[in-house]
Amino acid sequence: MTLSGASLLDQLSAVEESGFDAIQKARNPDMLEVARVHYLGRNGQLADAMALIADVPSNARREVGQRANAVKKGLTAALEQQAKSFTGNASEGVTVRDSTLPARTRWVGGVHPVTRVIDEICDIFADLGFSRVQGPEIESLWYNFSALNIPLDHPAADTMDTFYLDDEFVLRTHTSPMQARVMENHQPPVRVMVPGLAYRRDSFDPSHAPAFEQIEGLAVDEGVDFIEFRSAIRHFVHQFFGKSTESRFRPSFYPFTEPSAEVDVSCTVCGGSGCSTCKRTGWVTIMGSGMVDPAVFEAVGYDPERYTGYAFGMGPARIAMVRHGIPDMRLLYEGDMAFLEQFS
Amino acid sequence: MNISFNWIDELAGLDGELKSPRVLADRLTMIAAAVEKVETVGAGLDEIVAAKVLEVGPHPNADRLSICKIDRGDGLVLDVVCGAPVIVKGGLYPHIAPGGTLPGGFSIESRKIRGELSHGMLCSEVELELGRDKSGIMQLSDEINPGVSVANVLGFPDTRLTLDLNPNRVDLACHIGVAREVGHSNEIQERVFDGPTWSPKWKDGDSRAKGAGVTICVEMPDRCSRYMAAVVRGVRVGPSPPWLTGRLMAAGSRSINNVVDATNYILLERNQPLHAFDLTSLRRSQVSIRAARDGEKLTTLDGEERKLMGSATVIADSDRAVALAGVMGGLDTEVTTDTVDVLIECAAFDPKGVRETARVAGLSTDASYRFERGIDQYAQERALIRCVELVLAVAGGEADLEGVRVGIEPTPTEDLPLRIQRVNQVLGLELEDTDVDRALTPIGLATVHPDSTSPDLLSVDGTMRIQVPGWRTDITREIDLVEEVARRIGFEEFPEKERRFRPSVVPNDPTVEKAARVRRVLVSRGLFEARSLPFMPEEYRGNRQIVAVPNPLSEAESYLRASMVPVLLRRLEHNFARGNRDVRLFEIGTVFCDQQLSSTNETDIEGARVVESQRVGIVLTGGRYPEHWSQDLVDVDVWDVKGLAEEITEQLCGARLLAVHENDMSELDSLGTSWLDWPRFRAVKSGKTIGVAGRVVSSSVDAPPWAASVFGLEFELEAVEKRLPTSYYETSQYPAVQRDLSVTLPVEVEASSVEKALHDVTSDLLESVRLFDVYEGDELGKGRRALGWAFRFRASDRTLTDQDVESEMLRLSDALEEQFDARIRKS
Repeated sequence: MTLSGASLLDQLSAVEESGFDAIQKARNPDMLEVARVHYLGRNGQLADAMALIADVPSNARREVGQRANAVKKGLTAALEQQAKSFTGNASEGVTVRDSTLPARTRWVGGVHPVTRVIDEICDIFADLGFSRVQGPEIESLWYNFSALNIPLDHPAADTMDTFYLDDEFVLRTHTSPMQARVMENHQPPVRVMVPGLAYRRDSFDPSHAPAFEQIEGLAVDEGVDFIEFRSAIRHFVHQFFGKSTESRFRPSFYPFTEPSAEVDVSCTVCGGSGCSTCKRTGWVTIMGSGMVDPAVFEAVGYDPERYTGYAFGMGPARIAMVRHGIPDMRLLYEGDMAFLEQFS
Repeated sequence: MNISFNWIDELAGLDGELKSPRVLADRLTMIAAAVEKVETVGAGLDEIVAAKVLEVGPHPNADRLSICKIDRGDGLVLDVVCGAPVIVKGGLYPHIAPGGTLPGGFSIESRKIRGELSHGMLCSEVELELGRDKSGIMQLSDEINPGVSVANVLGFPDTRLTLDLNPNRVDLACHIGVAREVGHSNEIQERVFDGPTWSPKWKDGDSRAKGAGVTICVEMPDRCSRYMAAVVRGVRVGPSPPWLTGRLMAAGSRSINNVVDATNYILLERNQPLHAFDLTSLRRSQVSIRAARDGEKLTTLDGEERKLMGSATVIADSDRAVALAGVMGGLDTEVTTDTVDVLIECAAFDPKGVRETARVAGLSTDASYRFERGIDQYAQERALIRCVELVLAVAGGEADLEGVRVGIEPTPTEDLPLRIQRVNQVLGLELEDTDVDRALTPIGLATVHPDSTSPDLLSVDGTMRIQVPGWRTDITREIDLVEEVARRIGFEEFPEKERRFRPSVVPNDPTVEKAARVRRVLVSRGLFEARSLPFMPEEYRGNRQIVAVPNPLSEAESYLRASMVPVLLRRLEHNFARGNRDVRLFEIGTVFCDQQLSSTNETDIEGARVVESQRVGIVLTGGRYPEHWSQDLVDVDVWDVKGLAEEITEQLCGARLLAVHENDMSELDSLGTSWLDWPRFRAVKSGKTIGVAGRVVSSSVDAPPWAASVFGLEFELEAVEKRLPTSYYETSQYPAVQRDLSVTLPVEVEASSVEKALHDVTSDLLESVRLFDVYEGDELGKGRRALGWAFRFRASDRTLTDQDVESEMLRLSDALEEQFDARIRKS
């Protein structure tokens, strides 16, 4: 089929007009590049029009061809002109050509890995009806020791381990004092998680810190028994460490729980075959726990014949270390950006 | 606690899978005490035999070496070069022949040592991997024959289990204790000693008694409820028979001599500490248990001279202290190879007294460990008899027919009631009395039968009565028995069941949500949460009363943190030291001080008020954005910090951020903000300061030259508000009109007051006001500057006309001209 020269000239004018318009409206190199591709690209509008020249009767081809070249030249000049207007931002002119250049980024922040562990643990227990409370870090001897059935001459109350502020107050050695505080102020059902700092006179070394996070858990009501306790802890282990993680309860001793148990989970680093994290045993101890000792109920004015309960304590710093394979506890407290960025 | 597997096997008669040390270790971990380590003792000793030293001669080329002629029981006499200081002629020693291999894998060949040929070597404990004593060659008992396998006579190989005992289970610190857990208490097979038995005639006294030629006097019955003694005369002190040496080694104890080993064996067998004195060195054959005298000195068995105080308890003869009661014996009365007559002490010392004595002496021993935690009050007599019989068997001699007992025999313990219903209430099981009986009897917790005529009856009205044996000093209450039932069943044997539960009545602490809100905002602004140790050095005290940490671990940690930023600045310095220029940290934590921005918890420490509260601290420095090749590096400046402070103050706390003027410094200093330089800001809520922000004074940070300006913020977590749902308002569909206004003003006129004036006069057509330019130049006149404001007008119900906007603009410019010395600049 043949095409009249005049209609192709009209088409070229239309391309020229809309092309100029697009180029002038381009407000950044990206928009300009889109315009270039659309009008001057290999499959662009101008190329489409020029492909039709062959269909024009031979006598008109020359004129049409010249016109097409003029349009191309004009648009190319306008494109360059417009590109120059961006060069106040020299770099952006470059992006058009080399899109492998590095992107612009923003600062990202992040919560501390220990915070994340604390929040996850509290969230899992929230599903089991636990609320979340906090307590004072300067604590009386009564709440820190006596109310928890720890005699003041007990090794746990020893000055070697405890920061005594005076004859009456200490920096709490555990988060357990909140057990007594909560029970004094509420009647069952009581289910609380208590994250917070605890203090002991340990030197700062790869596995100890003089101040460290602890999470206390306490559940008290009628009919809370060892079976519920163990099932709840197992639920937690599966939620937190994964369904395939095994756990075991073994006898332990705490003055404020009886029976007392330590809970081990199969080492998540080696899967139980033995490594340095689990000291070659295949197990990592994650909590101390037990059924609340009736002496604690008596101290807070609960009827120990009516109410039973369970309590547990965990070290989220240690759990974070196991989870992320952090070899030295001190790394958690250095505030090193390169360390913190790994957990963002 | 180290336990010999062979010993347990002998006592408990292990059968089935418990015959495997690994299985036994797992069982003990799950029902009694965690086994931390399982290790083989005395493996690889196949090529070691006992050799008799026939002659000891000097080495011609070395003073420290000797040449021994030895007999391996095969009729040959071999020369062995030996480096040990003392080799006894006629003594028996472990020998390894050329071609043999030591347990460590070291091969022995015949070789010349300083020119003399040595046929193999005589071995020390260390070389045989049996112990830590490398002082000399391990001498074996004379009673064995040359040529016998050393491993055989020592009872090796054995397995050593290391138990991590719970503090209440001191009864597991001996082999019988552990054997009860895996065997049956009534079927313990004690080793039979090949020697005479001893059935003494007891000489008794409440506080004083004479017998066997000695006088015993207990001056402090509250520190020593019972003291028993026996005398054995004519002992031959020397190496123990190999079975005894082997047992002690397997249990991680060192063989010393046959008499001392006998006391240690009884300790490890049945948990009763005993002590043997050289009777001749006890002056006037007198033993008294008394308080130490202040300043009294005693050289203990470890060779240390200890200075004592009156709170310590000692064993004394007529003149001097000879032992630390329940802790350690004295060097002067030690049993040595010269000893002929021994006095064996078997006592029950009070836990508190022993703890104090050990504390005064700065010592902790196997004996004090057990006394401090409470030993069986009924076990002394049996332990003493058994110890005497063992001494007679291994060291010979003759026991005095009289034994001495001082103190009052303890009354039998009362039975404890145990309600079946209580067991089931706590454990959630459905046990019956027979189940409980079956669980408890094997460990010696015997059911008291209510009716002797019907042995099947175990309980009356659902209550059993349990006889608690003397070694279980930890069981005093019903709940202690409930724990025993659970433990004996095995925690892992409990069924798993879902239980219904009632949710907590305790409300969530609002602080938790506040902290979470703060974290979300700060993390989204590119900050990282840090956690620091909450201590600080005295230099951050300022003029505040702060809380000192008693016996701090270091100077830098001698006070509790009184504000957040100074502690975070140390974290910043850590990052600077690592070459990190861009640091953005925040921390939420507790501060302790007499004055606070607000208070959450108050205490009085030594008469001074201490307020404990939670604060948020922030430090910022370095690039505003990560560096990019397309743009120049721009550092965080005071406007970024003001923006962050405003966001926290206004959006999180519902408070206002005010610029602090240089003539107003008083209040902030008392809040521990000595780190705060100009410009600085103060967040105010209900008239109270709840936070501060600004540049950090350069003397507060040890910053390298390449560091950017450092900024800090600190505010009360308490001031953060719970996020409340906001009400929707309709947004206008009509276009906005934008107008700019440039005004010159005296420089003293603050931007905030101009902005306030603009807001005050405006109608509700003014949607927003934004300062877009600040200009100072000579052409404006001295002391003047130009502020450029951009206004955005919009109506909710129509498109604004030029006239609307013009009249608004006129109102605004009139107001400025009226209130300030303002001139509108024409553009």
